[in-house]
Amino acid sequence: MGYKAKFRVWRGEGGEGQLEDFTVEVNEGEVVLDVIHRLQATQAPDLAVRWNCKAGKCGSCSMEINGKPRLGCMTRMSTFEESETITVTPMRTFPVIKDLVCDVSFNYQKAREIPSFTPPKDVKPGEYRMQQIDVERSQEFRKCIECFMCNNVCHVIRDHDENKPAFAGPRFLMRIAELDMHPYDEVDRKDAAQEEHGLGYCNITKCCTEVCPEHIKITDNALIPMKERVVDRKYDPLVWLGSKIFKRSGV
Amino acid sequence: MERHEYDVVVIGAGGAGLRAAIEARQQGKRTAIICKSLFGKAHTVMAEGGAAAAMGNVNPDDNWMVHFRDTMRGGKFLNNWRMAELHAKEAPDRVWELEAWGALFDRTKDGKISQRNFGGHEYPRLAHVGDRTGLELIRTLQQRVVALQQEDEREHGDPEAFIKVFAECTITRLLKDGDAIAGAFGYWRETGDFLVFDAPAVVLATGGIGKSYVVTSNSWEYTGDGHALALLAGAKLINMEFIQFHPTGMVWPPSVRGILVTESVRGDGGVLRNSEGRRFMFDYVPDVFKDKYATTEEEGDRWYTDQANNRRPPELLPRDEVARAINAEVKAGRGSPQGGVFLDVSSRLPAAEIIRRLPSMHHQFKELADVDITQEPMQVGPTCHYIMGGVEVDADSGAASVPGLFAAGEVSGGMHGSNRLGGNSLSDLLVFGRRAGLGAAAYVDGLSARPATADVDDAMSEAVAPLERTGGENPYEVHHELQRTMNDLVGIIRKAGEITEALQVVEKLKERSKNTGSSGSRVYNPGWHLAIDLRNMLLVSECVARAALLREESRGGHTRDDHPGMSPEWRQKLLVCSAASDASGVTVEEKVQPSMRGDLISLFERSELEKYLTGDELAEYDAAVKES
Ligand SMILES: Cc1cc2nc3c(=O)[nH]c(=O)nc-3n(C[C@H](O)[C@H](O)[C@H](O)COP(=O)(O)OP(=O)(O)OC[C@H]3O[C@@H](n4cnc5c(N)ncnc54)[C@H](O)[C@@H]3O)c2cc1C
Ligand code: SF4
Ligand code: SF4
Ligand code: FES
Repeated sequence: MGYKAKFRVWRGEGGEGQLEDFTVEVNEGEVVLDVIHRLQATQAPDLAVRWNCKAGKCGSCSMEINGKPRLGCMTRMSTFEESETITVTPMRTFPVIKDLVCDVSFNYQKAREIPSFTPPKDVKPGEYRMQQIDVERSQEFRKCIECFMCNNVCHVIRDHDENKPAFAGPRFLMRIAELDMHPYDEVDRKDAAQEEHGLGYCNITKCCTEVCPEHIKITDNALIPMKERVVDRKYDPLVWLGSKIFKRSGV
Repeated sequence: MERHEYDVVVIGAGGAGLRAAIEARQQGKRTAIICKSLFGKAHTVMAEGGAAAAMGNVNPDDNWMVHFRDTMRGGKFLNNWRMAELHAKEAPDRVWELEAWGALFDRTKDGKISQRNFGGHEYPRLAHVGDRTGLELIRTLQQRVVALQQEDEREHGDPEAFIKVFAECTITRLLKDGDAIAGAFGYWRETGDFLVFDAPAVVLATGGIGKSYVVTSNSWEYTGDGHALALLAGAKLINMEFIQFHPTGMVWPPSVRGILVTESVRGDGGVLRNSEGRRFMFDYVPDVFKDKYATTEEEGDRWYTDQANNRRPPELLPRDEVARAINAEVKAGRGSPQGGVFLDVSSRLPAAEIIRRLPSMHHQFKELADVDITQEPMQVGPTCHYIMGGVEVDADSGAASVPGLFAAGEVSGGMHGSNRLGGNSLSDLLVFGRRAGLGAAAYVDGLSARPATADVDDAMSEAVAPLERTGGENPYEVHHELQRTMNDLVGIIRKAGEITEALQVVEKLKERSKNTGSSGSRVYNPGWHLAIDLRNMLLVSECVARAALLREESRGGHTRDDHPGMSPEWRQKLLVCSAASDASGVTVEEKVQPSMRGDLISLFERSELEKYLTGDELAEYDAAVKES
């Protein structure tokens, strides 16, 4: 059942590198990450790649496969022709450390710039009461596995390092929306989203939504509602939340 | 060389490590968190089903005493009862605290945290978020660390003044000043450069050992580092013979063999069938559990809606029982085409409900196996999942026998006895992570002087050796042979002859591992990293095999084909492993467990205890009951 596949893998460190050709065995049911691991075990023991769960849960194995951001562990070899040459490169938006591993510290920096969850002081642990329907919006965003592929694909920073200081990227703009929609969060986040985290740079191309392996509707459910909030000065959170609940229970 | 000075160094950024670090920082200690992967990627992220805590939100009859009893039963009464007690009492507070830090659990109708059924738990007890509870837990703790850093930035102008994460950094040795801990030595994965942490207290929170087995639900990180670091520093490991094989891992395709299928599938109504279509678990209810499980399918099915008047289905027996049953069915020729058994939820719940309750299982099978679990059954088989054994610690403080060394989470031993209940790990991480953080902070407060900075020449030459051996053996091959050996010879069902054979192989592999070489540079070099990890995997495997050979009974995660029954005499005994600091010669000694406190043992019926305890212990029980 196995066959030999042609792989071109980006190899290099310290800012230099090139695509290297490999011919490697592929067995039934395998994913791209399995093939990378076979390369490590048989031909290139020092080939650098990140992974942990091998089941799409940890967001470690982000890479670009034939130019598209994908999780290596969730990309089945059966989605390619046997004759096809498969090109595997690191994420483009972040500096490469070695081979398929990049420096993603940008994302951790941005995470730290967003003010944390701020509940009312008088609610004690154990006293929180929330309805399922009111937590579901934020829960969708909390499915995020931090693969950073949305930030990788967003054109605002993909080939524009100069925008990085002013733009949190879809992952962390979504984090703002998540906190904003948390039933117990007390901070008004809309001005900061626009002025400090660069929401205005987003022109809703939805490329981030398309690559999200968790199928989170980043643009429709997080970014656009945040933008509406910024525009609507007379916004009232209860009315807003109420209208959302009404809409959803209406369908 | 890079050197850092801290009060508390926490090795591991999973649930246990993060909770320990948060506590140490909240106690005002300068704290470092070190992890092999990126921040937020530790194994905890993969946990699915939930965190067990007797909050009583779904069934108000639940309380810590019921949880305590379930935990002891699940562990076949070998558990460190003080840990089981603290765990059952404190788990609710730890879960509620997460909510105050921003976690969003699934809700009950009255707005409380929802709780689901799981194997071995009498009432619905697992706080959860769909089937991605571990992600919620680790993200919440990660975000709590960030919140503390923001606080420190406001106060001290530096977010990393009191708590700093060293990600993609591997510790290879603990350092000592005389008998006591003085710090840790390791390397940056990114550059291969070495670094030293000078600290009077180290908390180990490194997780498990599954990478010594071929079929496992564990990731590359689970090379038993913390277990080995503790041994090499002079601490002791207990219960290493007890390994949990989760009954339901994926069996196909081969490349995903072992990946976990959460127990929530069964908790939410999924059933196990063999090739003849029979719900075979009804044939495997052991005597000790006979009165607690349904005897007919009808009763089992009614239990999901009416728990007061029915007994639970046997699919929800503790994991060791279910794993052995599946193993036996496959051996008897009643397995599924791909070598497992069928796990079916498609005929039990509407498709939309399955997708809502089990979204990541739905996704995982669709993407990886071309199976739509709302339409057809899954095929599943046992997979190496969790080690009950670990560092012997003081229940209250997490302190190991080496002064300054603490351990929490999967790397510690005792809490789960011979078998862990599902959901009891996530709560264990929170309860004992916090306690280890407190313990470490109190230890530092009690010191009159910091330890002397340690010499690291030996640690350095040990770590660099594989890179200097040109033309050495391929570490991947040595690793693979170890995995096969442990899987085949010290797996679910064990025999003296096979374990002895495994020990011989391990001995040979130890020699071979000393000759492994890694080509390439020091920059992010997985071959080199593996060569270093082999020391740990081999050491831990030897502990597992030696302890397994000695324990001549079957209990929980240790099944001896040649000694099938449980023995009350063995129940009193723990096997304690120690090793020399050069990783040679593991020794195993027997140690008697202290008997359970009177008020705790009185929580059980005599008829149940008769199945586990010796005559002398039962006499103690009678006295305790009379007194109370
Ligand atoms: C697929 C799966 C599903 C599970 N589902 C559940 C569930 O539903 N409920 C439940 O209760 N339990 C569950 N478990 C078990 C539970 O998730 C683990 O036991 C638990 O997460 C372990 O947490 P920990 O904090 O001890 O270690 P981990 O989360 O594994 O973290 C270990 C940390 O130590 C670091 N580390 C290790 N070695 C070194 C070193 N040498 N130097 C530096 N850092 C090091 C790692 O990088 C990592 O950060 C599941 C386990 C798996 C595999
Ligand atoms: S929708 Fe906005 S955030 Fe998403 S990729 Fe497009 S510009 Fe970037
Ligand atoms: S939102 Fe989706 S694409 Fe972006 S980091 Fe999270 S999981 Fe990845
Ligand atoms: S390895 Fe975890 S998402 Fe791919």
